[in-house]
Amino acid sequence: MYRETQIVSDNSLTTAPDVDGDLVINVGPQHPATHGVLHLIITLNGETIKKVDPHLGYIHRSIEKMCESLSYRQFIYVTSRMDYLSSHINNHGCAMCVEKGLQIEVPPRAQVIRVLMDELTRLASHQLWWGAMTMDVGALTPFFHAFREREMINDIMEETCGARLTMNYMVPGGVMVDIHPNFQRKVKEFITHFKNKIDEYDELVTGNVIFQNRMKRVGYISKEDAISYGMTGPSARGSGVQCDIRKLYPYEVYNKVKFDEIIETGGDSFARYIVRMKEMRQSLSIVEQLIDNIPDGDFQAKTKAVLKLPKGEFYSRIETARGEFGVYIVSEGGTTPYRIKFRSPGFSNLCALDHMARGGKIGDLIAMMGTLDLVIPDIDR
Amino acid sequence: MWSFENISHSIDTWLYDTFNPTTAMLLEFLIIAICIIGLFAILGLVLILMERKVSAWMQIRLGPNRVGPGGMFQTVADTLKLIVKEGMTPNNVDRFLFNLAPFIVMIVSMVVLAPIMFAKNFQIWDINIGVLFITAVSSVSVIGILMAGWASNNKYSLLGAMRSGAQIVSYELSAGLSILAIVVLTGSLKISDIINSQENGWWIFKGHVPAIIAFVIFIIAVTAETNRAPFDLAEAESELTAGFHTEYSGMKFALFFLAEYVNVFIVCAIGATLFLGGWMPLHFGTANKFNEVMDYIPSSIWFFGKTFFLIFIIMWFRWTFPRLRIDQLLNLEWKYLLPISMFNLLLVTVIAILKWHF
Repeated sequence: MYRETQIVSDNSLTTAPDVDGDLVINVGPQHPATHGVLHLIITLNGETIKKVDPHLGYIHRSIEKMCESLSYRQFIYVTSRMDYLSSHINNHGCAMCVEKGLQIEVPPRAQVIRVLMDELTRLASHQLWWGAMTMDVGALTPFFHAFREREMINDIMEETCGARLTMNYMVPGGVMVDIHPNFQRKVKEFITHFKNKIDEYDELVTGNVIFQNRMKRVGYISKEDAISYGMTGPSARGSGVQCDIRKLYPYEVYNKVKFDEIIETGGDSFARYIVRMKEMRQSLSIVEQLIDNIPDGDFQAKTKAVLKLPKGEFYSRIETARGEFGVYIVSEGGTTPYRIKFRSPGFSNLCALDHMARGGKIGDLIAMMGTLDLVIPDIDR
Repeated sequence: MWSFENISHSIDTWLYDTFNPTTAMLLEFLIIAICIIGLFAILGLVLILMERKVSAWMQIRLGPNRVGPGGMFQTVADTLKLIVKEGMTPNNVDRFLFNLAPFIVMIVSMVVLAPIMFAKNFQIWDINIGVLFITAVSSVSVIGILMAGWASNNKYSLLGAMRSGAQIVSYELSAGLSILAIVVLTGSLKISDIINSQENGWWIFKGHVPAIIAFVIFIIAVTAETNRAPFDLAEAESELTAGFHTEYSGMKFALFFLAEYVNVFIVCAIGATLFLGGWMPLHFGTANKFNEVMDYIPSSIWFFGKTFFLIFIIMWFRWTFPRLRIDQLLNLEWKYLLPISMFNLLLVTVIAILKWHF
């Protein structure tokens, strides 16, 4: 018979203090700040952090293994469950990899719809991040303001894709169905609404003295360190790393729209915050440029009913709201992949947390996790 | 005219006419005890509902709206739930201290109610060192919080209690100094004297700039003292789950919660008494007609109106600002608020000596 207390006391990692007599506390797996089942074991000296040790695997569902038994049409939708806040972009990345293997030409209409959906997803993801991060630093009200705007995007998604969170809209060769007749009108409404609201976001939070004091000069990571930890996305761009896949390896119509890659050189939490705030405006401008210019034509290329990738290895990369998402498929020529590997942005961003947090306070750690924008199912897969 | 003053006076006369003095006094004690417990309960219910409604209003929500008209009985239902919940004491805690801590925190906030003047001549105990009594007794509550944090045998609780200890001890200073500013202007520690000195104008208007500075510092310091956002580091739910009361549940948790809200009421009542004239109606020097109209409003409404206005401001803080970090919190106190309030006290003393105030 095993008693619960014995199990806990056997686990030297969770309860026993370090040899120096440091205070070890567990943040997670159930903790309001981890936004999921992330488990951080923090070694403290008073309030100062000496070490952060992330423990993963609480929500591991072996998605990569599952994909091996699913066909090339099916496996795309499992990836919605990884980074559930940018499920469109995950699906897009997978669909692109399959298209690469089959050399399918995606019709222009589908390309534009895909980019529109990606950018709307990015906006929704950044809005949620903004709300959750401000909640991490103690301001509870912005969360509700962020959800008000996110709700509009979810409604748009619901109309066109039929779902609000795991949309499953991308198929190899295009998109599953054509856009809803209301789509353009609703997106335009959203643009005019959100343009005012994003200024309100800045007024409410960005300019706040307490907020700036909490964010500036904490969680610093240099450009070199960010590169060596493999950080990508807005978190790395806050340290001055040029890593926007949309600019470096343009896919779909990203080389035809005008937008800036936001790069801040601060390297601290505030720089990462500013990058995401500015990215929201860029996404808004991309949506604005494309919404009136959706070309006519097919929304899907003609494909065979059963897809078979030729023997070989295929890799595609895409910029999600959190960073670079890579899909690596090894095919033996059958109807299902032989091996699939996803490169998720959250995992490598999390790895840098220990480096950033050392020497900071507990409150800083929570704010840093907020600015890294971690989505735990994305890390564990 | 109907007022608390007449009611309390007639009860007092009746008791002393009917019984012998000792019995009458004991009966008065009993009545006051019941009144305080009743006030405590009602304040808790009203303030928690108010907080939820205010936060809902700021967060584009409706707030409680199911139980009773406009959700008025939501907090009653919540309290009933907490009362019937099992009073759990976790294993491996210091049982005695763990169970004692919520009562200390609650009793402190009950005792502090004694010298507060709720309406004209309606006060439990007009002690001649009223303001000193309030500051002295209210600082005892930190012992209850430290006790809860230590006895819980939980690291989050301990961190929360340590933060709370550092915070309350620091902010007590500038709160005390800004209270002293008014004491210097009045020349008395007695609550009734302080209120009477504001008959022709509240201190915030009469005391020039130093009184306004003292008022602002007072509001900041008491927000920190009551552990409310943006200074809610002792609880800091995103960092320490619930801080010092992580392990508490049921009625013991409710006592902490209740004490927090009653403390908010108390500090706002003190603020209203010292700076906004307590139950004194709004008077402008020579505008006699206006002053007469203001006099028609009962004194209890003036007092509670001012207090709830200050409570609203403190709630507004909570739902707007992010939380400070512990070192920034202490920096703010020791590097800014304390020097400013010391200098301010000096300024007030000069004003009081030279009789520059109105």
